[in-house]
Amino acid sequence: MNKRVALTGNEAVAQAMKQINPDVVAAYPITPQTEIVQFFSSFVANGQVDTEFVTVESEHSAMSATVGAAAAGARAMTATSANGLALMWEVLYIAASNRLPIVMPVVNRALSAPINIHCDHSDSMGARDSGWIQLYSENAQEAYDNMIQAVKIAENPKVLLPVMVTMDGFIISHALENLEIIDDESVKNFIGTYKPDHYLLNAENPITMGPLDLYDFYFEHKRQQAEAMKNAKDVILEVAGEFKKLTGREYGFFEAYKLDDAEIAVIILNSAAGTAKDVVDELRAQGKKAGLLKLRVFRPFPYEEIAAAVKNVKALAVMDRAETFSNFGGPVFAPVRSALFDMKNDIKVVNYIYGLGGRDVVPEDVARVYADLEKIKETGKYDNLITYLGVRE
Amino acid sequence: MTFNRNFGQGDKVKAAEAITPDKGWKDLPIGGIIPAAGNAESYETGDWRTFRPVCISEKCVHCLMCWRFCPDSAIIPEDGKFKQFDYHHCKGCGICVNVCPTKAIYFVSEDEISKADSEEKEKI
Repeated sequence: MNKRVALTGNEAVAQAMKQINPDVVAAYPITPQTEIVQFFSSFVANGQVDTEFVTVESEHSAMSATVGAAAAGARAMTATSANGLALMWEVLYIAASNRLPIVMPVVNRALSAPINIHCDHSDSMGARDSGWIQLYSENAQEAYDNMIQAVKIAENPKVLLPVMVTMDGFIISHALENLEIIDDESVKNFIGTYKPDHYLLNAENPITMGPLDLYDFYFEHKRQQAEAMKNAKDVILEVAGEFKKLTGREYGFFEAYKLDDAEIAVIILNSAAGTAKDVVDELRAQGKKAGLLKLRVFRPFPYEEIAAAVKNVKALAVMDRAETFSNFGGPVFAPVRSALFDMKNDIKVVNYIYGLGGRDVVPEDVARVYADLEKIKETGKYDNLITYLGVRE
Repeated sequence: MTFNRNFGQGDKVKAAEAITPDKGWKDLPIGGIIPAAGNAESYETGDWRTFRPVCISEKCVHCLMCWRFCPDSAIIPEDGKFKQFDYHHCKGCGICVNVCPTKAIYFVSEDEISKADSEEKEKI
């Protein structure tokens, strides 16, 4: 039986991990992720899971131990945030390149310096090219649902890639929310038993993992990874379809909110999408054709689907909670704008960098973006390609 | 004295399907795994060598000190006696030359050997 409960984002993710009952969790605490592994360690101590819990001395070791466990044949997980994710950086590539279906919640937090423990997406965006699938979550419900789907996506033989499930630090991780959780048995049946084809502890068929691969084969292995990312697109939708049957909740590459007939639209990730939906509702009440595209899957990047979804809008704003310092906007802006290139239309696309280091984004901020778009729609011109929303001049 | 190069796995060792330079990305094992054990033997590492050891058989007393110390298992004994070097795997470290109590093993530059080889060919 599914039931409604009040949980914080961190509790919801820890709950999902409990129901997944992985063989190994190697973890290190870092704000605002700490609670996830703290809750999970109590599940281990209370015997509610039969997971081997490995306490390590850093996130580099956490990811290394998780890679080791996954290579040995275990269903393995860890969790992190910000600088912890940055410290895992080189091992993220090893997890992806060795095709280990690890699932890792990432509680989004700004990267230093100056030191900041609050939410932005510079951590997960910094890891976007490491070969991990990335799922973004608007709220605790989505973080919980994404965690369970992530296991099935990662372990699909056509994919075999690690998956990062993100949610916004403090805004979602520490806020109490009313959500629906699936019963243990249904989660167990949904994800099934993990049976890797090749693993190190298989005495019947000894293998070597992670050997040297120079210019003669490295390129071919990267090509294989690219293909796995391509396959992941179908698998993500397949899993979402099965998940809908189980829960009634619908997931895709993105959520198109009042986008069908929209003339002005915003693309946004994670918690600020909730704020933006309120603004869209208000604008719709005023008779303005505003819409929203909340991106859920950022890796693989569903460029054709995004382009098709916004093809009829006149003005589009991409909102980025991370800066690339390329002087060409945030990490979501460039690929979205590029995706529209072949559409032979006249969509004006602008970028808003917002919410860095946990700077609050309130409905008035988002309303300002839509007001700008309204002006761009009418004049066909924009003053700034990139706007820093909510920064003090 | 018996000597098993496959570390106890004997005949059970499966040869890995040969991964040759013409193989494309669809043919390679996923994630770069090596899907069978004991195939390091087929990977020739002897071409790194600058000097090669040569044994003067008259001086060899078959003490097998060279076999004990060789880090590459590149000394092949037979019936407890020194038989030959495995030049596919000998990297020319010179340990055998150093440990040989009767100075039966000496070093020859690979350069000289290839020079001698090409002179031989020219004569023909």
